[in-house]
Amino acid sequence: MAMNETAMIEVKNLTKRYAGRTAVAGISFTVARGEIVGLLGPNGAGKSTTMRILACYLPATAGTVRVGGFDVFHQSNEVRRRIGYMPENNPLYTEMRVREYLKFRARLKGLGWRRSRERVSTVMEQCGLTDVSRRIIGQLSKGYRQRVGMADALVHDPELIILDEPTIGLDPHQIRAVRQLIKSLARAHTVLISTHILPEAEMTCNRMLIMYDGKILAADTPENLQRLVAGNSQIIVELAAPAAALRECWSKMPEIEYFDISASEGDFQRCALTPRDGLDLRPVIFALALQNGWVLRELTRNRHSLEDIYVQVTQPGQEEEEES
Amino acid sequence: MRIFLTLTRRELAAFFVSVSGYVIIAAVTLLIGWSFVVLMTNLGSDPSPMPVTQLFYRTYFFWLIVLLATPIITMRLFALEKFSGTFETLMTAPVTDLQVVAAKFAAAVIFYTIMWLPLLPCLFVVRHFTNQPGALDPGMISGMYLGVFLVGCLFLSLGCFASALSRSQMAAAMISFVLGVSLFSLGFLAQAITAVAQWKEQLLSYFGLFDQMNDFACGVVDTHTVIFYVSVTLFFLFLTLRVVESRRWR
Repeated sequence: MAMNETAMIEVKNLTKRYAGRTAVAGISFTVARGEIVGLLGPNGAGKSTTMRILACYLPATAGTVRVGGFDVFHQSNEVRRRIGYMPENNPLYTEMRVREYLKFRARLKGLGWRRSRERVSTVMEQCGLTDVSRRIIGQLSKGYRQRVGMADALVHDPELIILDEPTIGLDPHQIRAVRQLIKSLARAHTVLISTHILPEAEMTCNRMLIMYDGKILAADTPENLQRLVAGNSQIIVELAAPAAALRECWSKMPEIEYFDISASEGDFQRCALTPRDGLDLRPVIFALALQNGWVLRELTRNRHSLEDIYVQVTQPGQEEEEES
Repeated sequence: MRIFLTLTRRELAAFFVSVSGYVIIAAVTLLIGWSFVVLMTNLGSDPSPMPVTQLFYRTYFFWLIVLLATPIITMRLFALEKFSGTFETLMTAPVTDLQVVAAKFAAAVIFYTIMWLPLLPCLFVVRHFTNQPGALDPGMISGMYLGVFLVGCLFLSLGCFASALSRSQMAAAMISFVLGVSLFSLGFLAQAITAVAQWKEQLLSYFGLFDQMNDFACGVVDTHTVIFYVSVTLFFLFLTLRVVESRRWR
């Protein structure tokens, strides 16, 4: 069908103004089917607002948003049938039991009696909820509640899954489990997640949109974004060699833009090299050490580059209160 | 329709899984029982030809129950969902606003009806001891219950509206209590002012909830009254719907 060729999400010049404050300022982006896209930005950047508009909860002030080819405002019901949305803080009916809740949600999303029973069992297994199916949601731990929220988003087998801060407040084990789950969804679904934690987006997403102050500042794959800033990255080398020889060696290499040598314990010298154009010089350096018979004890590339761009681009410290 | 039933079932279940539902029922049962104690004491010293239903109504416990219980029943409906955020999950499911409002109102009405069931045995106890066929007949009971039902719908729709307006359950309860008391006092006003201009009197007489309930209690069903109750109920439900929709154009 031609449907498969259209983008899953198409956002054009989306603007959302609350009384006296612009939460989203004319952003545009598209998400293709099957992609996992991370919406990354500090609190108050407009991530939740964007997601709420996509989920048909809030109307846009201006611009168009289409999900699976349907307009979120005019064909809201069609859109809502196709998305599984988990809001921030994962609100649930705490007085219900897990299976009961998921069944209620499945029925609400238009699944028949038999199909809802099937799907509830499937998603409970998928999210690791089978052991707690008869427990009351209010008595579950935060990790389990999060899984209930995810199971709810998945229960009608939607084309698009929107998760607002899915790992917030979880412990590292639970975070890993949630990430695994998100990755496992990639084949059959399109996923849009929001987070303010960079490594999370880096690990789970094919593509990242960095949002700040209602605008999208960068949109690319984590690798490309990394390459973009790799020019600022450094290579750290520790070699047992005379400082003079090293200095001569580094200054002869055209790929090195800047270097710094400091003495380490014993014969070792610690060199911080800044390569031109973000080239990866590590193999060259290894060959060099081998050739000269120098003992090499450390050879690393700074991997904080993405964090740097994030910090650079978003300048935290100006946190605003997120609109509820 | 399936979605409406699913929603109604959940809303109704929410009354019964929490303690509050049982507390309301217990309190109402207590008030009904108390009203009959008062009624029987009065009847013992001062026999009356009136049917039991009307006698019960005359104790004014009825209005106390309606005015107090309806805000408590309805305060939860929208306010709690907005407060806890579940309103967002609810409204992002493929449901229409009308389905949500109708289901919440229906659940409240069903709960309200269940709440009034303890009245039946009381009526029968009185009938048993008075041992007079005129004290109670099926027509009167159905008239009474129709009245109770219609008044309930009216006050519950006020409550729905108040709950949709607010994020706080307390505020919702207070708003619906104030609205209810205002409507109720209009009935008093209608009784007090009799000799004013015709149209005003006529207009006010529509709000004479007091006299109207009196009629119902005698088993008299006046179409005027029924239409008045139904239309005011629908009006407030319509307002509720607009409030729920308002997030789309605000």
